[in-house]
Amino acid sequence: MTSAETASLRPLTTALAALWSARGWRATAHALLGLPIGVVTFALTCGLPVGVGYSAGWSLLYAPSDDWVQTTVLVVLTVVVPLPVLLIVPRLTALQRRRFRALLGVEIPRSRRLFRGLRAAGMWRQIAYHVLALFIGAIGAASVAAFWLALPLGFVGWSTNDWPTSVAVALAVVLPAVLVAAPWVARGVARVDTAVARALLGPSRNEALSVRVESLSRSRADIVAATDAERRRIERDLHDGAQQRLVSLALNLGMARANLTDVPEPARQAIEAAHDEATQALTELREFVRGLHPAVLDDRGLDAALSGIAARAPLPVRLNVTVTSRCSPVVEAIAYFVVSEALTNIARHAGAHRAEVTVERTAGRLRVVITDDGRGGATLDSHGTGLRGLAQRAASVDGTFALHSPPGGPTAITVELPCES
Amino acid sequence: MRVVIAEDSVLLRAGLTKLLADGGFEVVDAVPDAEQLLRAVGEHHPDLALIDVRMPPTHTDEGIRAALVIRHQYPKVAVLVLSQYVEERYATDLLSTQTNGVGYLLKDRVAHVSDFLDALRRVAAGGTALDPEVVAQLLVRHRDDPLDRLTPRELEVLRLMAEGRSNNGIVDALNVSHSAVEKYISNILAKLDLPPAHTDHRRVLAVLKFLRT
Repeated sequence: MTSAETASLRPLTTALAALWSARGWRATAHALLGLPIGVVTFALTCGLPVGVGYSAGWSLLYAPSDDWVQTTVLVVLTVVVPLPVLLIVPRLTALQRRRFRALLGVEIPRSRRLFRGLRAAGMWRQIAYHVLALFIGAIGAASVAAFWLALPLGFVGWSTNDWPTSVAVALAVVLPAVLVAAPWVARGVARVDTAVARALLGPSRNEALSVRVESLSRSRADIVAATDAERRRIERDLHDGAQQRLVSLALNLGMARANLTDVPEPARQAIEAAHDEATQALTELREFVRGLHPAVLDDRGLDAALSGIAARAPLPVRLNVTVTSRCSPVVEAIAYFVVSEALTNIARHAGAHRAEVTVERTAGRLRVVITDDGRGGATLDSHGTGLRGLAQRAASVDGTFALHSPPGGPTAITVELPCES
Repeated sequence: MRVVIAEDSVLLRAGLTKLLADGGFEVVDAVPDAEQLLRAVGEHHPDLALIDVRMPPTHTDEGIRAALVIRHQYPKVAVLVLSQYVEERYATDLLSTQTNGVGYLLKDRVAHVSDFLDALRRVAAGGTALDPEVVAQLLVRHRDDPLDRLTPRELEVLRLMAEGRSNNGIVDALNVSHSAVEKYISNILAKLDLPPAHTDHRRVLAVLKFLRT
C-alpha cells in the first residue's frame, strides 16, 4: 500500500477504531445512565413538590373542607413539601457531578454559594438542571441506544421477515454506517450535557468573576509583598557587604593619607584621590540604599523614617506627621517610597523653593500630601518624572493617587492608602 | 584613654582598633555584639565605648539600646555611636537622659581620620559630637516657627553648634571672624529665647533641648 492510500484510509480506520475506544463507551454509559438519574432528579425537584404541594393547594382553594384537620394537613403539605428540595438539590448536584467525573473525566466547577437558600441564584439554576436532566437523559439515551442497536435489530428483522432484496441491500449499506456513527453520537450527547451542566451547575458568571477577582487580589498582594521583601533583602545585603567593605577601604586610605606624609608627591596625590573617591562612593551608596528601605522604617515607623529623606532634600521641607498607630509594613514602605520619589521629583523638575509633607492617618487610611511652590504644570506622563510609577505603587495596594498641578503652581500630590494591606 | 569597641564586621573592627591605637587610644576590648559589649564595659570601665548600631541578633537598633543601658548603668562612660545611616529618632533617644559625653556619627566619618579622632576625644572629655545629617534631621522635625526667624547664616551656625563645635571650630568652618561668630550666636540664642550660656556643652544642651520640643 502506498502512503497516499494509507492516508486516504485513515478516516475509515479512525471511525472504526472509535467503536472500540473507551471514550465512546464511557460517553454511551454516561448518556444511558443519564436517563434513570434524570427521572429521579426530576421527580424529587419538580414532581414531588409541585405535584404534592400543588394538588394540596388546589384542594385548599377549590374544595375547601369544613374539617379543620384536613385543612391543616393540606396547608402543611402545601408549605412544607417543597422545603426539603433545598436539602435535596445539593445532593443531586453532587450525584450528577460524580457522574460527569467518573464517566467523562469532566470536572464541573463547584458553585460556592450553595447553602444560601432559595434566594441564591445558584439554587434555581441547579433545580433547572435537575428538571432538564430528565429530557436530556431521555433524548440522549434514546438516540444513543438507537444508533448502537440499529444494526443488530436490522439483522434480526432481516432474518425473521421476508424483506425485498432492495430494502435488505439498502439496510446493509445504511446500518453499518449508523453503527460507526454511534460512538460519535454518544460523544455529542455527552458534550451537550456537559455544556448544560457547566452552565447550570457550575458557578454563575458573577460568581466566577468574584472568584477570579479574589485570586487576582491575592496574587497581587503576594507580588507587592515579595517586592517589598526583596528591597529589604537588598538593603540588608548591601549594608552587611559592600558598605562595610567600602567604609573599611575608606578608613585604610584615610589612615594612609594621614600617616604616609613622607612618600613621593605622585604617590601622595594618588592616595588622596583614592580616598576622595572612596568617600564619595560611600556617600552615593548610602543615598541609594537609604531610598530602598531604611531599617528605621521597620524599627520606629514612618514618622521616624521620613526625617531622613526630608533632611536630605536639597530644599527646605516641612514635615507634619500625625500617625498615632502604625500601618502594615507594606503600606508604610509604599508611603515612604512615595514621599522619597516625590521630593526627588520636586528637587529635579519643580523649581520650587520649599516643600511640605503632610502624613495623617484617618479611619483606616493613610493620607500623604506633598506640596511644593514650584512652577506646576506636571502631568502623569511628564517625561522622566516617575509620577506614573508613584500612581502604580499606590494602586498596587488599592490606594489612590491624585495630582493637582496647574501651570504656575503650586503642585500637590495626594496619595491615600488603605492602612491594612 | 581606654576604649571598648563593639562592631560586628570583623574587617571594620580590626580597622577601628588600628585607627584608635595609632591615634593614641588604648583599645581594651573589641567585641562583635551588644551583649559582650555590656560585659566588657562592666569589666573594664573604659573612658569611652565606640558602638555600631546594627549588630546581631536582629540587626536593627541593638547598638542604640546598648548605649542607653551604658548611659544608665555607667554614667561615667562616654558613648560614641556609629552607623551607616543616622536617624534623629535614635539621636533623641541617646540624648534623652543626658547630653554630655555622647556622640552619634555616620560611619563614613571614620575615613576622615583626624576629624574622627577629634570627635572621639571631644566625646571622651564629656562633650558632644552629632553628625551634621542628624542635626539637619532635627531641624526638619522642628515644627514651630522660631527657626524661620533665623537667617540662613544663623541656621548654619546653629547646625555647627548642635554638632558640638566650639566658637573656634565655627570660625574655622565658616571662615569668619571671632566677633562675627559671637554675634551670630547671641542673635540665635535671643531669637530662640534661650538663656546665654558659657560652655560649649551647655550651649549644645540648650540648642538640643530647643530642637526636641
